[in-house]
Amino acid sequence: MTEDVAIRVRGLQKTYGDHVAIQGLDLEVARGECFALLGPNGAGKTTTVEILEGYRPRTGGEVSVLGVDPKRPTRDWRAKVGIVLQSTGEFEALTVREVVNHFALYYPAPRDPAEVIEAVGLTEKATARAGTLSGGQRRRLDVALGVVGRPELLFLDEPTTGFDPEARQEFWELIHRLSAEGTTILLTTHYLYEAEALANRVGVIHGGRMVEVATPATLGGRATAATVVSWDGPDGRQTVSTDTPTSQVSKLAAEFGGEVPGLTVTRPTLEDIYLTMINAGKGEQ
Amino acid sequence: MATSTATVRRGPGHAARIGWERGKLEVKEFFRQRESVVFTLAFPVILLLIFGSVLNYDIPGNINFSQYFVPGILATGLFGVCFQTLAIQIAIERDKGILKRLEGTPMPPASYFLGKIVMVLTMVVLESIVLLAISSALGKVTLPSDWHRWVTFVWVTVAGVAAGSLLGIAFSSVPRSGKSAPATITPIALVLQFLSGVYFVFTDLPSWLQHVGALFPLKWIAQGYRSVFLPDSFAAQEPAHAWEHGRLALILVLWAVGGLVVAIRTFRWRAGKDA
Repeated sequence: MTEDVAIRVRGLQKTYGDHVAIQGLDLEVARGECFALLGPNGAGKTTTVEILEGYRPRTGGEVSVLGVDPKRPTRDWRAKVGIVLQSTGEFEALTVREVVNHFALYYPAPRDPAEVIEAVGLTEKATARAGTLSGGQRRRLDVALGVVGRPELLFLDEPTTGFDPEARQEFWELIHRLSAEGTTILLTTHYLYEAEALANRVGVIHGGRMVEVATPATLGGRATAATVVSWDGPDGRQTVSTDTPTSQVSKLAAEFGGEVPGLTVTRPTLEDIYLTMINAGKGEQ
Repeated sequence: MATSTATVRRGPGHAARIGWERGKLEVKEFFRQRESVVFTLAFPVILLLIFGSVLNYDIPGNINFSQYFVPGILATGLFGVCFQTLAIQIAIERDKGILKRLEGTPMPPASYFLGKIVMVLTMVVLESIVLLAISSALGKVTLPSDWHRWVTFVWVTVAGVAAGSLLGIAFSSVPRSGKSAPATITPIALVLQFLSGVYFVFTDLPSWLQHVGALFPLKWIAQGYRSVFLPDSFAAQEPAHAWEHGRLALILVLWAVGGLVVAIRTFRWRAGKDA
């Protein structure tokens, strides 16, 4: 039954005293899927992920990760789960190669450390001490340690925070490769374009609840959302929200007898949709 | 595409092997950090050179204080490496998330502690060699030719490392953060040094302070080392007019067991509210 499901969460609850961090969260991630969790700071993303990683106890609900309740993590289960945490800044006096080689010893069927270092783009830095790496390079070392054990499931908590655009692009390629090899990936991110680039599905967490789960293209009714057509009319800037943008533009073209001045046709970006959802959520609270 | 389901290796052999690898890595890391080498390993050497030359007076029992000081500084060096270094280092590792990262791997938890013991033993051996070499070059100590004394040296060292390390692991949970760890742990170690007959003759302390000092392991490690490096006639100057090897062993073992119990009950891989 759970063969094709990597993560199953039903009614997850987490409270700290009076503070309710997670209230009845549901989540299902298929094997081989790349799933992105979106949400503002304090929404409960990290709390949720750390419960799934076996780090934090939960207050209520059912959780199954690779068929195991992470409340009681076993070493066999640990070997199948790769974790890339938020924090960095360790092993400063050791080289990249020393650290990756060492972590490979923990796992029963590790990847070749040299290949992992190559895959995260640190080959040139293999003999450099971790303390001399840039922020982006350290993050890649974190990823190397998360994948060296050949995990079936990889958790990535805000993996590209602090990356420059080029490093982010390279990182995305790495994630695509892992995903193509069949690794299930659950990532949290602040960057909506990152979720769009990487994830098969995205889930938006707000106020400890899953507000919506959808593909990036259809989140928040994005695919069917009204398109905004704007142009410069005789009385200034005109804007129309329409479900039939093509006929709107044809009508305008006929009116102007050719070119429409200042014409723009825009669909809402994922960011627009997301902000609308988050702001609607605020209204409820 | 499902990944192969190789099972994790188990058993004490695997834990020992990973522990040994961790120990090698920790030693490497330690020696590449100049501050830690200076403060942990060189500090007792500096103390030996300064105090050994300044406190140059005879004490009861027909010896010079500088001779009395050598076993004391050996004990201080051992306790510093075990208790101070471990308590501070583990607090920092917990705060930085290093322990959390290890917890997330299939590493056998025992390997972490075995690695620490490998590191601590390496440093204690090195430190003892350096301190003994310098003091014998300066003529402050005569290395015993009697193997019985070296047996005493080895078991006092092993028992001292066990007590000091387990206490260090237990105390690593006391500092509220990695940053505050040195400020929390260092004064404890300093006060113990003053109560344990390192900087002056133990029996010069007021008797109630001697009783306080005798509760803690450092006094006993120093006394054990005196029994190795001072003439047997000096035993008459000790508080019980004897070396008290039996009581020494008992007290170090009790501290080791106590430290182990507290460490098992309080050790946390993570800082914060969900630890």
